[in-house]
Amino acid sequence: MAENVSQDEGKTLSHLWRNKESRAVIIQIVTLVVILIFIGLILRNISINLKAIGKDFNFDFLFIPAGYDITFQPILDYSPEDNHLWAGVIGIVNTLLVAISGIILATILGFTLGVLRLSSNWLINKMSYVFLEFTRNVPLLLHILFVHAIITHTLPIPKNAISLNDTFFLTNRAIYLPEPIFESGFWLTAVAFFAAIVFIYYFKIWAKKTQDETGQIYPVFWISVAALFGAPIIIFLVSGSPLSWGIPVLKGFNFKGGLAIRPEFIALWLALSYYTATYIAEIVRGGILAISYGQTEAASALGLRKNRVLQLILIPQTLRIIIPPLTSQYLNLTKNSSLAIAIGYMDVVATIGGISLMQTGKEVETMLIVLLTYLFFSLLISAIMNFFNRKIRFKER
Amino acid sequence: MSDANLTPKENYTPGNHPDLPPPPGTIGTIGWMRKNLFSTPLNTFLTLLGIATIWVTIPPIFNWAIFNSVWNVASRTECWDQMAYPNEGACWAFVQNRFLLLIYGFYPEPERWRVNLSFLMLILAAVPILFDQVPKRKWALVYSVAFPFIAGWLLVGGFGLNPVDSDKFGGVMLTIIIGVTGITFSLPLGVVLALGRTSNMPALRIVCVLFIEFIRGVPLIALLFIASTMLNYFLPPGSQFNLLMRVLIMVTLFAAAYNAEVVRGGLQGIPRGQFEAADAMGLKYWQAMRLIVLPQALKISIPGIVNNFIGLYKDTTLVLIIGMFDVLQIGRSSLADAEWSGLANEIYLFTALFFFACCFSMSRYSLYLEKKLHTGL
Repeated sequence: MAENVSQDEGKTLSHLWRNKESRAVIIQIVTLVVILIFIGLILRNISINLKAIGKDFNFDFLFIPAGYDITFQPILDYSPEDNHLWAGVIGIVNTLLVAISGIILATILGFTLGVLRLSSNWLINKMSYVFLEFTRNVPLLLHILFVHAIITHTLPIPKNAISLNDTFFLTNRAIYLPEPIFESGFWLTAVAFFAAIVFIYYFKIWAKKTQDETGQIYPVFWISVAALFGAPIIIFLVSGSPLSWGIPVLKGFNFKGGLAIRPEFIALWLALSYYTATYIAEIVRGGILAISYGQTEAASALGLRKNRVLQLILIPQTLRIIIPPLTSQYLNLTKNSSLAIAIGYMDVVATIGGISLMQTGKEVETMLIVLLTYLFFSLLISAIMNFFNRKIRFKER
Repeated sequence: MSDANLTPKENYTPGNHPDLPPPPGTIGTIGWMRKNLFSTPLNTFLTLLGIATIWVTIPPIFNWAIFNSVWNVASRTECWDQMAYPNEGACWAFVQNRFLLLIYGFYPEPERWRVNLSFLMLILAAVPILFDQVPKRKWALVYSVAFPFIAGWLLVGGFGLNPVDSDKFGGVMLTIIIGVTGITFSLPLGVVLALGRTSNMPALRIVCVLFIEFIRGVPLIALLFIASTMLNYFLPPGSQFNLLMRVLIMVTLFAAAYNAEVVRGGLQGIPRGQFEAADAMGLKYWQAMRLIVLPQALKISIPGIVNNFIGLYKDTTLVLIIGMFDVLQIGRSSLADAEWSGLANEIYLFTALFFFACCFSMSRYSLYLEKKLHTGL
C-alpha cells in the first residue's frame, strides 16, 4: 500500500489513484505520453536510418519518367515516358476499374447464390452449398492464380483464336471485343439517357405523392424501364445511328483494333467476384431468413399481390439487415483487388508501390501514397453505403 | 347408433375410422422427389439444369483426377507418355515428387524431426483449448500457453540445437507457423483493443479507433510490403529483425484489428445491467471484465472470431508476394521446373485441398462450439 511507504505525498497520490475520475485522467495522460514517445522514436529512427543510407524524404521522384510499361490501360493513355505520378494514377484507375466491375458482378452472383441456397429444390440447394463451402474455404489468391492459369493455358494463341461470329476473339493474349466508335451526333443520345434518369427520379416522387393522395397506383417500374431505354434508342435512331464498331482483325502475330481485355483483368475480376459472392450469398440468405413469415402472411392478409409483397414488405426489410455487412464485403473486395500484383495486373500496389518503389528506392513515400489511396477509398465506400443505409433505415414514428 | 346406410361393409363410430393410407405419389422416393425436385415447373427446370451441370462436370473431373491419373514416374513427359493425349489425366507424380518440399520447404533434412515434433506438440497444445473434457485441463492449458515459445526454440534452434535460418522455412510448415502465431497473439491483443475502444476514456478510445480503422482500411499486402521494405527503418539504427519476424508482427497486428471489431460487437451485445450489476458488487474494472463481461462477450463473438481465424489462415498465402515460400509459392515455383512445367492444375488442386481441409474443419468446430455454448438466450 502506498500510504505505508510515505506519509504525505503517498497519501495524495493514492487518493488521486483511488478516485475514479482522476485515475481516468492519469491513465489517459500516461497512455498518450507513451504513444507519443513511441511515435516520436519511430520517426526519429526513420530519419536517422534514411540519412545513414543517403536517402531523403521528398516526392520529387513523382515527376521523373517512369520508364516501365503498363500492359492494361483501357481508359487513360500511358506511355513509359510519362512520369511516376501518372503511372500511379493509371494504377488507381485500374484498381477502381476492377473494384467497381467486381462489386457489380459479385452483387449479382451473390444475390443469385443466396436465393439458390434457400431454394426448396433439394438438388440446387445442395449444389450451391457445396460450391459455397468449397469456394469460401480456399484462399482468394489461389482462386486468382488458378483462373489465370486456366485462361492462359486453355485459350489458344492469337493465330488460332477462337472466333465468335468473327467479331469476338478469345486468345490467351487477350479477349478482343468490338470497340464502340462514337461519331459526332452521339452526345444527343447520351443527353437523352441522363434526361431519362432525371425524369425517372422525379416521376417516382410524383407517383408516390399521387398514390398517397388518391390511391392511384402507376406502373412505375415499367414506365421507368421504357423511359430509360426508349428515349435514348429513339434519339439514337432519329440522329442517324451515330455509332460504329471497330472490329478487331488479326495482323501478324496479334490482333489490331477493338477492345483488348487482358487475361489478368479477367482472372482477377472473375475470381474476386465469385469469391466475394459466396460471402454475399451468406449475408443475403441470413437477411431473408431473418424476416419472419408473419410479415408475408400479414401482407397477404392486407390483400397485396405477390410482387407488391416483395416490393413493399420483404425487400425493404431485408435490405435494412444486409446493407451493413454488404458494405464490409465491398470494402474487402476493393482491398483484395491488391492481390492483382500476383498475376501482373497493374493496379496501384503494382505500379506506384511495386515498380516505382523498386526503381526509385523511395519506400516510405510510395507506401504512404498506397496507404492513403486505400484509406481514401475505404472511407469513400463507407460514406456512400452509410448514406444509403440511413436512407433505408427504419424510421420510427 | 346404427348407420347401416353410410358404410355398407363395416361400421365405425364417428372419429374412429382407421387412418387411410396416404395417396400414392406423396410418400416414398417418388413422393420425396415430387416434393423436393419437381414441385413447380421452375423447380423442374432447375433440377434438370442441375443434373445437366453435374453430368457435364463431374465425370470428366473424376476421369482426370482418378481413373486416368498417373503416379510414380519421374517427369511430365513420362506422365504424358502413359496417356492417350497430354493432360488426359492428372499427373499426381508431380505432387508426389514435390511432397516433402511442399511440407517442409527448405528446412535441412537431418533437422526435420524438429518440425514433426513441433507439429505433434501443436496438436497436443490445441486439444485442451478446443475441448473442455480434457483431464487436468488447467495444467494442459499452461502447456498450451508455453507451446509457442517451445516451438519457436525447436524450429529456430540455438541453445543446444543447430540454428536454422528462417529463410529455410517454407511450405505447409511456414503456412502453419504464420497462421498459428497470428491466431495465438491476435486474440488477446484484439480483446485489449476492443476494451480500449469501448472504454469511457476519450484518449484511449481515440487511439484504439485510429489504430483499428487504419489497419482495417488498408489491404494486408500493403502492410506486408511495409514489413518487407521499411519496417527495419522503424527500429533503432543497427538493429534488424528477420523477414519472418516482421511478417509475423504485421499479420498479428492485422488480425488483431479485425478481432477487436468482432469482440466489440460482443461487448455491445451485453446488456447494460451486467456492467451495472458488476459495479454494484464492488468489482474493480478488470475483475468485472474478467469475471462478468468478457466471458459473455467472447461467447457471442466466437463465430466471428473463428471466421477471422479462417480468413487469417487463408491470408497467409499473401506472403508469397513478398518472396516467402509458403505452400502455394513452393507449388508455383515448382511449375517453373522444365521437368514438370504445365501441371498447374495438379499443384493448385493439391494446395486447394490442403486449405479446404484446414478451413472447413475450423468452421465445423465453430458450429460445434456455437451449439455447445448456446444457453437458450
